[in-house]
Amino acid sequence: MEILVCVKRVPDTSENEIEVNSEGSDIERDDLVYSVNEWDNYAVEEAIQIIDKVGGSVTVAAIGDDESEEVLRREMAMGADKGILLSDEAFEKSDGRGLATILKATVEKGNYDLILTGAQSDTGAAQTGAMLAAMLDRPYASLVNLVEVIDDSTLKIGREIDGGNQEMHEIKLPCVLSIQTGINEPRYVGIRGIRKVASVEIPTLGAADLGIDTATIGDSGAKTKCIDYFVPVMGEGAEMIEGDTEEIVVKLVEILKSKGGIK
Amino acid sequence: MQIFAYIINKNGKADDTALELALAAKKLDSEAQVTAIVAGSGIDSVCQEVSAAYNDVWKIDHAALAYPDSEIMGKILPKLLPEKAVLLLAHEYLAMDMAPGLAIRMNSAYIADVTDIEGLDGSVAKLVRQEFSGMVSTHNTCDLSDGAVITIRPGVFATEETPAVGGSVVDKSGDIVIPETQRKYLETVEAEVGDVDISNSEVLVSVGRGIEEEDNIEIIKELAEAMGVDYSCSRPIVDAKWMEKSRQVGTSGKTVKPKVYMALGISGAFQHLGGIKGSPFIIAINKNPKAPIFQVADIGVEGDILEIIPELTEKVNELKG
Ligand SMILES: Cc1cc2nc3c(=O)[nH]c(=O)nc-3n(C[C@H](O)[C@H](O)[C@H](O)COP(=O)(O)OP(=O)(O)OC[C@H]3O[C@@H](n4cnc5c(N)ncnc54)[C@H](O)[C@@H]3O)c2cc1C
Repeated sequence: MEILVCVKRVPDTSENEIEVNSEGSDIERDDLVYSVNEWDNYAVEEAIQIIDKVGGSVTVAAIGDDESEEVLRREMAMGADKGILLSDEAFEKSDGRGLATILKATVEKGNYDLILTGAQSDTGAAQTGAMLAAMLDRPYASLVNLVEVIDDSTLKIGREIDGGNQEMHEIKLPCVLSIQTGINEPRYVGIRGIRKVASVEIPTLGAADLGIDTATIGDSGAKTKCIDYFVPVMGEGAEMIEGDTEEIVVKLVEILKSKGGIK
Repeated sequence: MQIFAYIINKNGKADDTALELALAAKKLDSEAQVTAIVAGSGIDSVCQEVSAAYNDVWKIDHAALAYPDSEIMGKILPKLLPEKAVLLLAHEYLAMDMAPGLAIRMNSAYIADVTDIEGLDGSVAKLVRQEFSGMVSTHNTCDLSDGAVITIRPGVFATEETPAVGGSVVDKSGDIVIPETQRKYLETVEAEVGDVDISNSEVLVSVGRGIEEEDNIEIIKELAEAMGVDYSCSRPIVDAKWMEKSRQVGTSGKTVKPKVYMALGISGAFQHLGGIKGSPFIIAINKNPKAPIFQVADIGVEGDILEIIPELTEKVNELKG
């Protein structure tokens, strides 16, 4: 099976305090720790586990600047066979539709039976995989937490729905799936693994290579645009307890007791 | 403007988001004609229920729609809706499956998980959403001139009152053809039941990714034991298999309604908060003072749970003698 996995380099929210810059035009990007989008890591692991069972190859593709090469190498160190960097100034400021347009052109350059994306990324829109599937007119399932290969043309998949329940479907290949966290346990990649793939060539493709009309992507193709960033205010805000650890725990115990938190 | 709202319904009842979408539509354009779309099998009562809040209700009743399959609905809706329609859906499991593809098939704009609507300037809507797990919000423009598909975060337009519109039900069942799809729904597998049912717990000590390592989970169990209460967790803890799924709080886990909820090393993502009902007293400990959880918590501590929790356990034990 030929599998393409779309991956993205994102600021790691568990490692960073994300702050808005002084103009409100973006988040403060200096000194951020970046990593591969959490969901994508599960997608790559799933792809590798599938070809381990049925044979084939895994290609990872990322839209981004040169620095995205680092996440491609990381996923190749996990076991992906090939990487493709999709990079062009014309790609910047694309909305979801623009990004899916770029990925569609990439898919059409290859011969993939299965295309995986993460269920969502840093923008939380959860849109790329679904848009790509519709553009390719291929069947799609989101929030996939189980994949079983039935035969050359059919997969059995599980979709996570509310309350931890699971919708089971049969889906025909070629198809697009967006992968939910927890579907597997992504393997660990060490520095040594990354060194091994350090010299593997990763081709870069731009709009011209992909035959994309640049009016359909980037800022000019975007019907949806982010205009500024700000810090949300959701509620009144917590009353903060200060002091050294001893003072804090004394206060916490008092509060817990008064609220019936200690049985 | 003509706005449509896709109504999620289960077992003959409309989802809470049915009213929320009516409100969102009015917030987008107070003059708009708002139509509810109810699809399913045997849905008369749902249509009746939602008609109070909408100008009219389009009923699509068909045996093949008994289970709301997004691959089927995703092909029916673009044919049924007028050109340049604006369609609202609640940002949850069905919409995540169907809505982005609908926008492509309808050749319209798409914007997901909207948390506020600031208004309309000509044909351009100004909408708020969040990025980076709710740590920052953004203002966005969405050009509605070719129509749009907009998903709304559940709960943000929650309301007690029904906008009294009182529309009629229009049967559109004859206007649709069930399309062939390459995806077949088989069955729904219910979530496993665990050893405790946290949905009935009065107090929960809940832990998130801030616990860092599996071995540290022990300090959470010790605190819960000292307090004499149950423990629970956020999703990454279950993904890592450090606790069983039945202890996960959130939209894809359990809905809980405790009196006291301790959020330890939990950032406060909306899917997590979505599982906490009944406005409990929330105590949050997090090393990041900007974590969204502090905005919804009653009491906050900026600090390291690995340091504070063992001390807290000791104090609780002392108290109990
Ligand atoms: C469709 C869908 C459904 C989902 N359903 C759920 C669900 O049901 N339940 C759920 O929980 N999530 C759910 N999620 C995931 C959700 O979006 C978040 O990713 C998740 O809730 C984050 O969990 P967390 O707060 O533990 O981790 P993070 O967001 O990584 O937060 C960890 C927090 O710990 C703090 N921290 C780190 N170290 C320490 C320390 N030593 N001391 C104190 N604080 C520390 C950090 O500052 C951070 O705020 C869902 C996502 C999707 C897409």
